[in-house]
Amino acid sequence: MRRAEVFGVTGVATAIILVMTAAGFVAGAPVNVGAAAALIVAIAIAGFLSDRWAQRRVRAWAYCEREDDLLVRRGVMISRLSVIPYGRMQFIDVIAGPIERAFSLATVRMHTAAASSDARIPGLTQVEAARLRDHLAQLGEAKAAGL
Amino acid sequence: MVDQAATWHRLHPLSPVIRAGRVFAGAVIVFAGTLLPGSNSTHSGAITRAVIGVVVIAFGLVSWLVTRWRVEGKDLRIETGLIRRSSLRFPLPQVQAIDVVRPLLARIFGLAELRLRMGGATAGSARLAYLTASQAETVRAQLLALARGIQPDTEEPPEHVLVRLQIGRLIGSLVLGSPMVTILVMAGAIVFAAELSPKAAIGILSSSGAIAIGMITVVWRRLNGAYNLTVAEAHDGLRVRSGLLDTTAETIPRGRVQAVRMVEPLLWRPLGWCSLEVDVAGRQHRGGENNPERRQLRAVLPVGSRQEAESLLERILPDAPRERTRPPSRARWKAPLRFHNLSWGHNERCAVTTTGRLARITSWVPLTKVQSLRLVQGPAQRGLRLATIYLDTAGRSVHAAIRDRDADEAREQLSELTVLCRAARTEHR
Repeated sequence: MRRAEVFGVTGVATAIILVMTAAGFVAGAPVNVGAAAALIVAIAIAGFLSDRWAQRRVRAWAYCEREDDLLVRRGVMISRLSVIPYGRMQFIDVIAGPIERAFSLATVRMHTAAASSDARIPGLTQVEAARLRDHLAQLGEAKAAGL
Repeated sequence: MVDQAATWHRLHPLSPVIRAGRVFAGAVIVFAGTLLPGSNSTHSGAITRAVIGVVVIAFGLVSWLVTRWRVEGKDLRIETGLIRRSSLRFPLPQVQAIDVVRPLLARIFGLAELRLRMGGATAGSARLAYLTASQAETVRAQLLALARGIQPDTEEPPEHVLVRLQIGRLIGSLVLGSPMVTILVMAGAIVFAAELSPKAAIGILSSSGAIAIGMITVVWRRLNGAYNLTVAEAHDGLRVRSGLLDTTAETIPRGRVQAVRMVEPLLWRPLGWCSLEVDVAGRQHRGGENNPERRQLRAVLPVGSRQEAESLLERILPDAPRERTRPPSRARWKAPLRFHNLSWGHNERCAVTTTGRLARITSWVPLTKVQSLRLVQGPAQRGLRLATIYLDTAGRSVHAAIRDRDADEAREQLSELTVLCRAARTEHR
């Protein structure tokens, strides 16, 4: 999903530069074709690097349903491991933005009474996201603990 | 009492006047000015003001007429609004704290506001503004009894005073507090600049005026908020009363404390002073931190000796852990300023952590209140094989973190804490 975003942004930026260069050419303005080409190459390299970066981030993201709690791991530079007991989950969101929807993916977000324990799992298939949501909600109800 | 629980009540008729507060007082002064003989305002101006005044009074009257409240079983119900009518239901067993707040204007009229702080991310607080002072007291006792699930007309439990704040110490703490230090630093800077060039001093002086006024306001708010503070304990919870011009009386039911924090600022250390604060669940508010309306973290002891703080802590969290362990010495490279303050300890019921760069901040978190645990390792920590565990609670102001422990130890502690929290949770249920 991140990969799609990266390629999307790179493609759009390249297209804009190409169009602007062409427009400048047609209008007869002094266009530095070399600079434009260098810019496109730079954007492509940046896109490639951030794609690799996104891949690492996606690979670092993992979750594990244990008996009493959910583990969520994420982060490459700063690695985070959250332990969220089912009984503490107050509500669960399933969010799918336009790009996520285009790839039929969704993000599951868990909320507890503490604002700082915000845990989310992005890039799930919509089927898996719905299953996880129902499963967590069911477990949360069974093990609910008050404040 | 029984019929009081069943019938609808209205707020005090003067409520809108007090709620409008200073704005209203200001309007009255302006309005009175135009009525005085010899004032040079035009006739039409006076009429406009009269119309505005009538509209304001009509709004106040309507808002008073459409607002009513009653206790229904275990709920408090408040109905309000003329066009957008809303009926709010507050389940009393979920009350986190009950406050009786009396701003100066309300005190002049002998009125008080009752505020119920509710837990949860979406629920705000129920406000009954304003009742007469005696009514507020009886309703508070009644609601507290209902919140604990006993008969509403049970006698108020007796209370005994734990701590009374000494005024001399309060003033001393304000003198040694950060706003005062800021003012002194500013004065020093001005003197220093005057030595170099008088022009620069004038520039600093004019720009620092606003800051000085802000600082004086902060000092005043603290003085007003902590003046004459007493902490009393009844068997249903803690009572905290304070205030010079605006008074507040808070009741924190037993078992509602999410976390306790002790702060020892650098300047207070030679005197052995510290402050103790308790954190109660509720929505986080943005805005003035010392505004009683928005304040979540309540200082039960704005300034006191360590013995006072420890005896109070003993009452709030009876089983706070005693032993603490220090992080490995290589953590010094990651947190050079914090290192000498870092330590943590735990037992089956409670965890304690200390941190802080200049001030030493000690946080106690009962394990029954831990919402989730997080193990975080940043790049510098990875290099030094360190990791931090965060204990997330529903209270929004205390952030307990077990900082910069050995990475393997942190992983072990994370699983141990997970097990302990689960045990504490199931026992609590």
